[in-house]
Amino acid sequence: MTPLIEARGVTKVLSGIVPVTLVEGIDLAIMPREFIAITGPSGSGKSSLLYLLGLLDLPTAGDVLIDGTSTSLMTEDERAEVRLTRMGFVFQFHFLLPEFSITENVALPMRALSRLSPRAAMIRAEELLAAFGLGNHRHKTPDQLSGGQRQRVAVARALANDPPVILADEPTGSLDTLATSQVFEILRDLVTLRGKTVVAVTHDLNLASQMQRRVHVVDGRLGKDQPFASTASAQ
Amino acid sequence: MSLILTIAWTHVRHRARQTLVAIAGVITGVGFSIMMAAMMEGSQDDFIKTLVDALPHISVTDEAREPTRQPAEMLYRAAEFHGLTPEARRPGIKNPMATIASLSSWVPGALTPSVQSKAVLRFAGRNRTISVIGIDPRTEADVSNLATHMREGTLASLYRASNAVLLGDRLAGKIGARTNSSVTLASAEGATMSATVVGTFHSGFRATDETTGYVLLKTAQILEKQTGIVNEIRVRTRDPMQARLISERIGEQTGYKSISWQEAQEDLLAAITLRNVLMYTIVGAILLVASFGTYNIISTITHEKTRDIAILKSLGFRNQTIRSIFIIEAMLVGLVGAMLGWVFGYLLTRGLASLEFKTPFSDYNHLPVLYSTKHYLLATGVALVSSLVAGYFPARAAARLHPVDIIRGAT
Repeated sequence: MTPLIEARGVTKVLSGIVPVTLVEGIDLAIMPREFIAITGPSGSGKSSLLYLLGLLDLPTAGDVLIDGTSTSLMTEDERAEVRLTRMGFVFQFHFLLPEFSITENVALPMRALSRLSPRAAMIRAEELLAAFGLGNHRHKTPDQLSGGQRQRVAVARALANDPPVILADEPTGSLDTLATSQVFEILRDLVTLRGKTVVAVTHDLNLASQMQRRVHVVDGRLGKDQPFASTASAQ
Repeated sequence: MSLILTIAWTHVRHRARQTLVAIAGVITGVGFSIMMAAMMEGSQDDFIKTLVDALPHISVTDEAREPTRQPAEMLYRAAEFHGLTPEARRPGIKNPMATIASLSSWVPGALTPSVQSKAVLRFAGRNRTISVIGIDPRTEADVSNLATHMREGTLASLYRASNAVLLGDRLAGKIGARTNSSVTLASAEGATMSATVVGTFHSGFRATDETTGYVLLKTAQILEKQTGIVNEIRVRTRDPMQARLISERIGEQTGYKSISWQEAQEDLLAAITLRNVLMYTIVGAILLVASFGTYNIISTITHEKTRDIAILKSLGFRNQTIRSIFIIEAMLVGLVGAMLGWVFGYLLTRGLASLEFKTPFSDYNHLPVLYSTKHYLLATGVALVSSLVAGYFPARAAARLHPVDIIRGAT
């Protein structure tokens, strides 16, 4: 089976007077319907690896393949197109646009893709929000919601164009225990109920232990890559 | 509304105060540009119109444009003559009526003969040197606005007395003459006659009103001591702007010096051109300054929105889309500012036109202004181009932002 995302010898070095190596020689294959945790200490390069896998950043060496297709020669617009259609992002801080209602925020990727009319995009956005228990808040702006609710909106936005992969960078990093649990449940449901692949950077080993597979990054290199639990057993 | 427009509109709407300041800058720029263009072009048009109305469009005089060429000059290229005394010849245009008839066949407009003369006007012990112009009252109205400039009497009044004269109102006022006053005219040729003032006119040009008198052709010919002389043919063309071309053709046909109003007022028209260059430079500068406000607001929004730009780019928005958002924001400021600037400019122009004043050179009561769509379109065009340029650089910077740098910074 072709991996959804595959890193081949990916290295990222920040140039400067003293070059800094963020990740080095990473080989990683992410298969469909996987629930993967990328763990590691602070500054180990786990977020950098996620950005490289999500085509937000360009590797200095190596290649990232999406559905078996090399992205090394892609233009910036082509990489943007892949992000828009094949990936959804959830960041530690919700990163919602503050002037727009949460429905408009969720509809943004759909409107950028232009497959749906603005009206249809808003209807689908409302459906997604309702699915995450935010139907009653659809007219609110992000600042009128709690941290957990905002993060659920961010997940809904990541699903807007129905991408096969969700990349999450410390999605529960700024949440309290209850909200963390809720968001984690949602991410797990994406795999089990919606058949998505979720790759989440986390420093929370407890959460990581509940995922299918754990990829450990130390000093920019891949450490342990081991299955923890199946999503079924995690349930 | 399209996505780009939605985001752009939301950005500017949420920066209401700054946006309004930027829009106010464009309003001011466009408004003052329109007012200034209306004032400058209005006064220019009015001036030219007055000039064109006051003078014949073309004046054909009995002088030769080039000095007569000597036979040796025509035969030998090396021949040169210095210090020649011109041959004395009878003044006046030869066969004036035949010339007028010939020109009338193709010149689009009206022609009339006239006699230009100089004389001393005496009345109540006062002497004034004046230009005496002999005219044919029946055709004069076709070539000048003298008939409409009459304050007292009419052109036909010249037939009322044997030696009748129409005086400029200022001239009449200075010597104290009134209608029916008897004045004396003494020409440079030595002819002296008593004349009756049968009317006064007011052209609006001080120099004309203070130093000109109109008499019948016959009277002027007596003053010149030349029976039947006509030393000027005055032409009014249907299109004043064609006067230069027609004048050249008349000169070629008749061999006489033919001067169009444009040629006669060349220095003045050159000054007007220079004035226009200055005007458009100033108008451009005003709008350029206004565009700094637009640049400022778009730069500020771009700066404040770096995180949002990173979000949009991470979602898959293309650079072109990001650039368009901020350019559209600048254009929104420019367009709204320009449209409100039309109203402001119109009101300023109306206000300016209502001001009353008087110049020593003419009788304008109000500043002449020109309401022209061209001014509005020009100011809008410059405002939009300025806004486009002002928005482009921050927009380009926004599109170049690397989302990871901002996301890393935020986390």
